[in-house]
Amino acid sequence: MNTVSRRLVLNTLAAGVLAAMTSFAQAQDMKLVSVTAIVDHPALDSARKGIEDELKALGFEAGKTMKYQYQSAQGNPATAGQIAKKFVGDKSDVIVAIATPSAQAAAASTKTIPVVFTAVTDPVAAKLAKDWKPSGTNITGVSDKLTLASQVDLILKVKPNAKNVGMVYSPGEVNSVSVAKELKAELQKRGLQLVEAAAPRTVDVAPAAKSLIGKVDVIYTSTDNNVVSTYESLVRVASDAKIPLVAADTDSVKRGASAALGMNYYDMGRQTGRIVARILKGEAPGSIAPQLGDKVSLTVNPEAAKKQGNPLPDALLKEAKEVIK
Amino acid sequence: MSFISLMGALEIGLIFALVALGVLISFRILNFPDLTADGSFPLGGAVAATLISGGHDPWLSCAIAAVAGAMSGWVTAWLNVRLNILQLLASILVMIALYSINLRIMGAPNVPLLGEATVFTPFIGEGGDSAYWIQPMVLVAVVIAVKLGLDAFFASQSGLALRATGANPRMARAQGISTNRYTLAGMALSNALIALGGALYVQTQGGADISMGVGTIVIGLAAVIIGETLIPSRNLWIITLATVLGAILYRLFIALALTADFIGLQAQDLNLITAVLVGFALVLPMLKAKLRRASGAK
Repeated sequence: MNTVSRRLVLNTLAAGVLAAMTSFAQAQDMKLVSVTAIVDHPALDSARKGIEDELKALGFEAGKTMKYQYQSAQGNPATAGQIAKKFVGDKSDVIVAIATPSAQAAAASTKTIPVVFTAVTDPVAAKLAKDWKPSGTNITGVSDKLTLASQVDLILKVKPNAKNVGMVYSPGEVNSVSVAKELKAELQKRGLQLVEAAAPRTVDVAPAAKSLIGKVDVIYTSTDNNVVSTYESLVRVASDAKIPLVAADTDSVKRGASAALGMNYYDMGRQTGRIVARILKGEAPGSIAPQLGDKVSLTVNPEAAKKQGNPLPDALLKEAKEVIK
Repeated sequence: MSFISLMGALEIGLIFALVALGVLISFRILNFPDLTADGSFPLGGAVAATLISGGHDPWLSCAIAAVAGAMSGWVTAWLNVRLNILQLLASILVMIALYSINLRIMGAPNVPLLGEATVFTPFIGEGGDSAYWIQPMVLVAVVIAVKLGLDAFFASQSGLALRATGANPRMARAQGISTNRYTLAGMALSNALIALGGALYVQTQGGADISMGVGTIVIGLAAVIIGETLIPSRNLWIITLATVLGAILYRLFIALALTADFIGLQAQDLNLITAVLVGFALVLPMLKAKLRRASGAK
């Protein structure tokens, strides 16, 4: 046999073995839950842990009573698209998509397989849902949208005579942009001003915060993936310049914000897990209305507040559900 | 790998084949290191998404997106040719500026297209379940048309003048070719193709996102290099074919890497696995040559 045909045979054999190995026949009676996130980051990872724990508590354990797979798109939307296609091709019973780009990719890849989104702030603007009623489509999920009126209340409780509120956010994240717009309107209603500082990449967060020094009385940040992933750099700037920080999620308070009235992403994950379980048990995703994260709690960090030159009032400490030591 | 996964890789591979052809024109044919792709790919997507969600005809939107891409390539070349800014630097400047321009065009960092009529809608019909193989088929037609168009162009007088500009600018000028004009035109053509890729991409992905451009030039270059390593040739129509195949192969590798969990690798290893697979593919021809020499020497 000459080298050309031998090589051809070897290549075909190799391809065949690879194909066989990648299509390991698995038991058909176990449901397949496929989870994807756009990027790995502490809040999104806790959401995923919440989903896994809730499913386990409700009787769906990965490897034992359910098949489970997780793929991260590593921050790349094109990869998110390929992951969505893979999940559809694997005949998943439910696809869970964490964060907007992954959810949109999943929604574009299938109209029949149930898609449950989570950590998506505005599903209506992202065209994942027409409105907040049961959609009748294959998509439902949990949103982490916060009511801004209570956020402004918290800002005023932390810094009672604030006149100017600064906000560091990424103009590349649709959730942050819509929060900034709404916050500006809400603040103006109460006679305050919003000073924005754009940070398109994580390295821009500290310089953006520094640009607010001397211009603002307090800095507020939303659930902006960019800012949250480098929250410590923001904390350093705030402690040096003595500006109090108010965040929108409880994990950031542990990392150095004075206070936050927000959702715990782990709890949001568990709420999502409950929806997934309902769908696995036979409910149609179109009959489940998209939900808002139902656990909003106040977390405070008195130590961080002191470092930022603004000790918290006792009334706020008493109101808090969790006080970070 | 499931058939749907395979079709998905083919779909994205064909879109990046357009990007790779654009990169081929700038990097290989014009010898102009051009990073504008990271900005012109999302530019095409932004223009197309904004026009389509505004109710305009999807084909027209793709055409306008390509024109927008052409303009961005033209600006890069202009900065180099008229203002004497180094090629790489000129392209970086335009790429950075395009980030803000794209945000302005979209009006928001994310413009969803779920439920809108795209260029694929007339072919898909009701249900939408067959979209996963119809979309790649439409893209195959588009890519073949573009490739044949390019092959015809590069065999024409102006095409040859363009190739001469890149191959030996001094000789080209001595022959009376306006290298400045051809550099401008070539860069415009290159980025028009990349922007067209972006326009088609947002229609397959369900929306435009400002972050979609990151890494485009890397994918384009990887496709060109994979293509020319696996099918080396001096014949331009084989080179364009190799580039298209290189892009598809690269996305196939990624799809393959996604299925690697059976050997204990996890989600975060995806980029590593892709790099290993692509590296292996690049080394393969060298190994083949060594084996051939070893068996021939006996």
